[in-house]
Amino acid sequence: MAAPGLIVFAQQVTDALPGGGAQPDTVLARQMQALSLAVHIPIVCFGIAFPAMILFVEGLYLRTGDDTYKALAKRWSKVALIIFAVGVVTGTILSFEFGLLWPEFMATFGDVFGIGFALEGISFFVEAIFIAIYVYGWDRLSRRAHFWTGVPVVISGFTGSFNVIAVNGWMNTPDGFDLVNGKVVNANPWDALINENMWHELIHMYLAGYIVAGFIVAGVYSYAWMKGRRDRYHRTGLVVTLAFACLAAPVQVIVGDWAGRDVGDKQPVKLAAFEGLTKTQDGAPFTIGGFYDAGRGEVRYGIEIPKLLSLLSHHDPNAKVVGLDSVPESGRPPVNVVRFAFQTMIGIGTALALLGVVFFVTWFRKRRLPRSPWFYRAVMVAGPLAFVALIAGWITTEVGRQPWIVYNVMRTEQAVTHAKGLAVGYAFLVIVYIALASAVAWLLRRLARRPPETELASH
Amino acid sequence: MLPQLCLALVMLGITAYAVLGSADFGAGFWDLTAGGPERGGRIRGMVQRSMSPVWEANHVWLIFVLVIAWTAFPVAFGSVFSTLYVPLFLAAIGIIFRGAAFALRGQAATIREARALGGLFALSSVLIPFFLGAALGGIASGRVKVGNAAGDPWSSWLNPTSAVIGAIAVVTGAHLAAVYLAGDSVRAEQPQLARAFRARALGSGVASGAVALIGILVVRSDARSLFDGLTSGGGLVMVLISGVAGVATLALVWGERYGLARVTAALAVAAIVAGWALAQDPYLLPGQMTLDQAAAGDAVLTAVLIGIGVGSLILGPSLWFLYRLVLQGRLDQSYEPLDQRFRP
Repeated sequence: MAAPGLIVFAQQVTDALPGGGAQPDTVLARQMQALSLAVHIPIVCFGIAFPAMILFVEGLYLRTGDDTYKALAKRWSKVALIIFAVGVVTGTILSFEFGLLWPEFMATFGDVFGIGFALEGISFFVEAIFIAIYVYGWDRLSRRAHFWTGVPVVISGFTGSFNVIAVNGWMNTPDGFDLVNGKVVNANPWDALINENMWHELIHMYLAGYIVAGFIVAGVYSYAWMKGRRDRYHRTGLVVTLAFACLAAPVQVIVGDWAGRDVGDKQPVKLAAFEGLTKTQDGAPFTIGGFYDAGRGEVRYGIEIPKLLSLLSHHDPNAKVVGLDSVPESGRPPVNVVRFAFQTMIGIGTALALLGVVFFVTWFRKRRLPRSPWFYRAVMVAGPLAFVALIAGWITTEVGRQPWIVYNVMRTEQAVTHAKGLAVGYAFLVIVYIALASAVAWLLRRLARRPPETELASH
Repeated sequence: MLPQLCLALVMLGITAYAVLGSADFGAGFWDLTAGGPERGGRIRGMVQRSMSPVWEANHVWLIFVLVIAWTAFPVAFGSVFSTLYVPLFLAAIGIIFRGAAFALRGQAATIREARALGGLFALSSVLIPFFLGAALGGIASGRVKVGNAAGDPWSSWLNPTSAVIGAIAVVTGAHLAAVYLAGDSVRAEQPQLARAFRARALGSGVASGAVALIGILVVRSDARSLFDGLTSGGGLVMVLISGVAGVATLALVWGERYGLARVTAALAVAAIVAGWALAQDPYLLPGQMTLDQAAAGDAVLTAVLIGIGVGSLILGPSLWFLYRLVLQGRLDQSYEPLDQRFRP
């Protein structure tokens, strides 16, 4: 057996032993972090997209003076404030977890990527200030001034996600420091902040925000539509959110293609994991469904479409695609998780794009909403599906980054805390999040049952 | 010089959080101790009304502290969080309950819902400042070692200094809240309520002074170098300023001059935070790591200062706008006792 093979074998054995090469707590810490992110990210979608929709409706009110628009915008702003409050606390948990779970990551690289979070902190501040002024300023500020206090909320929602995604982009394409004998030196935070990976990630996530928030809210009004509540209030709620989501969904397909090519370029092993491609090859096929058998090094029971992967990832059917075998097994992500998440995202994303096309084709050709009840049923399902695609997308990129926390520089198990008792904290956190989610869902339902006219009675 | 400037930013954040955020926790304290639903309804109504527009912005100061600390002093940050994980995790859980329960109570439809959410909000409002104070006590008494979970996970925050700083955080928060709420009650034309908060402000003010004095004795035996720092040079000056400002606050509250009392009460808290920083100079982690050893490279520190500097050109006016609207009463909702809302 050749020496490199021996090393791979040895690494596999030690990594598999509890307390051996890998920290046993790494898995727990990763799950805790993933759970907290999965709770926070949908809220971020609302932070990105909802204020713009609210301002759009308030803009209609300013132009027409129609109180229906005001009632809708005011109602939405109250929902936005509740969601924002929950986002404030779940976001705080994330920043605590960086230190609590990954102290070595923070100690080694906090200075390199920290500026992104410092700027995000400023954005978050501005968002918190103006969302409060906006929501509590209804009927207290002049109509025009009130509208303008909503604008910083929209802008800071964008700049906040810009900075956080810049940091995530940096973890995938780390830059802005030198590594000398394993020590990080010459940290240059601006180079780290503006990195190659962030642009497609940012646009991808930004559109996802509009798709997730748009379809979830549209789903609520679709339900009302099916129940026969088709007055102007409900109709506006449906059309505005649908328009945003349906506009973003087809564009997302194009951005997704861009993201995929960027990943193929900069993180070829990650792309190979998306597809379960073991061997580096020319004219690589794309396989739909099935599962990856690590023992055989191939995807089984899938439908193979020849050359499609090469075509998708390099826009050339005969291009060479790097396989998992380009790195030792210890350097590969868990293929099935990544691949399943990736295919889920692609499948749902395509379906949502089609739904968007149906909506716009009907709207422009017939100047009305689709009549089929199936369209409204589809919109009701689209919200939860968009949420699933969002989480699947983040699993794709984040689990796909494994086993690295800083790609090709620091392994995740080197970053984790040495503190004990993670399991206790994890269990506690699960219970807290379940309680939180049920309380929020219950109160939003309560709010939805209140007649819209109550928004116009000033109190 | 750069490390000192970045530390100043962190201390500014801690001070703002101690002056604004801890008053929100203090409001929770008065909410908790307000009594049954009818008797406490008036107090709770005022707490709900005063906190609603500002608590989120006030909370962001904590995030501000964290992000600057981990950028400018990464190793110290990793050491603090990995050693003091128990109180910090508990504070984080408390933060979820506090924020969510408060926001949701605003939408409650029955008195039972409001009571359950209010109890959760109020209880966590007392626990969060205690745990955060206990964590600061662990740092100030030199119990955080440099490294990944290098300090003791229990004695680092279950110790006399931590206990006393945790208690100070709770009591001073309650005092600040009572002073602010008394002023807000006057603005809402609720003289009876203003008197209730005046009494609470005086009582908690005296209690704050007492706990602070006990604290100095405790620190003397438990963390001698911190005590020496607080009783000499700049540290002593700050302690004295804090004491004078505290006494002045009591006098102003007595005379029902709540506008000025806001300022002196905040000054008393700010001076103590500054005194703490001066007392442990030149250390960031006392006995373990100096500020210069802990600081990131100059490029990073410069980036932080530029980033925050430019950001504050937007942030400063925004904060000013918010607090001006609040203090002018332009965001005020009409006042009603919390239990009234649920009466037919």
